[in-house]
Amino acid sequence: MNFLAAFVVGGLLCVVGQLLIDLTSLTPAKILVGYVVAGVIVSGVGLYQPLVDIAGAGATVPLIGFGHLLAQGVQKAIAENGIWGVLTGGFVAAAGGVAASLTVGFLAAVLSRSKDQN
Amino acid sequence: MKRLSKQQYDEMTKQASPKSKPLQNCLWAFGVGGAICLVGEVLRQLYLSAGLEKDIASLAVSGSLILLSGIFTALGWYHRLAVHAGAGTLVPITGFANAVVSPAIEFKCEGLVTGVGAKMFVIAGPVIVYGVLASEIYGLIYYFMQKMM
Repeated sequence: MNFLAAFVVGGLLCVVGQLLIDLTSLTPAKILVGYVVAGVIVSGVGLYQPLVDIAGAGATVPLIGFGHLLAQGVQKAIAENGIWGVLTGGFVAAAGGVAASLTVGFLAAVLSRSKDQN
Repeated sequence: MKRLSKQQYDEMTKQASPKSKPLQNCLWAFGVGGAICLVGEVLRQLYLSAGLEKDIASLAVSGSLILLSGIFTALGWYHRLAVHAGAGTLVPITGFANAVVSPAIEFKCEGLVTGVGAKMFVIAGPVIVYGVLASEIYGLIYYFMQKMM
């Protein structure tokens, strides 16, 4: 049941992105930015956590879940440090994913040769 | 060379670009995007049953998917899948990792600092900038709403 919900919710969140690609002229970078900002907003008004409870990774793996993570991070940091948490919460929450990505990016660049993408 | 108006140019790009098949594209995006999330959920259950706390398990899932995406990207497989899957490979965190790893490899020839170090954030940079800005705005609203309650 968990697995089915993860597949369906994750798949549907990707279909939204596909419709944005096919029906608008938005670039992939703009779509990713839109997903993260949308995630912060949807999480902020309290609508995202219920989806995470149902779909697990189906809701957290798509980039809108990254926005949810940022919003949660800010809440947590404010609870600990008051107004200063506004500055640290987002970055602290994003740190794991960003650090993992840049580490893998660096290692991949050092270990492999650039090749023709076609 | 004749000068084209913006409308004429738009018309020409429309004719020159391949016809996209929205339904087929959406099915691909659904299948591949769903499958990536399914892999994430399987990993999450594994990590949870190994005794990791919820937050750490989620972080471990992200880290694992990012590593897998990096390997697939370096081998050229991610790009081949993305040709069909479109947003199915863009929207999951693996797409974010791909957007970091792919330019890092491509711009290796421009050096480790201004090539790899700078270009890996061509797409990820804006995502981080606007994600963090949005979280700050949300944080301010959240902070003052709490004060008023």
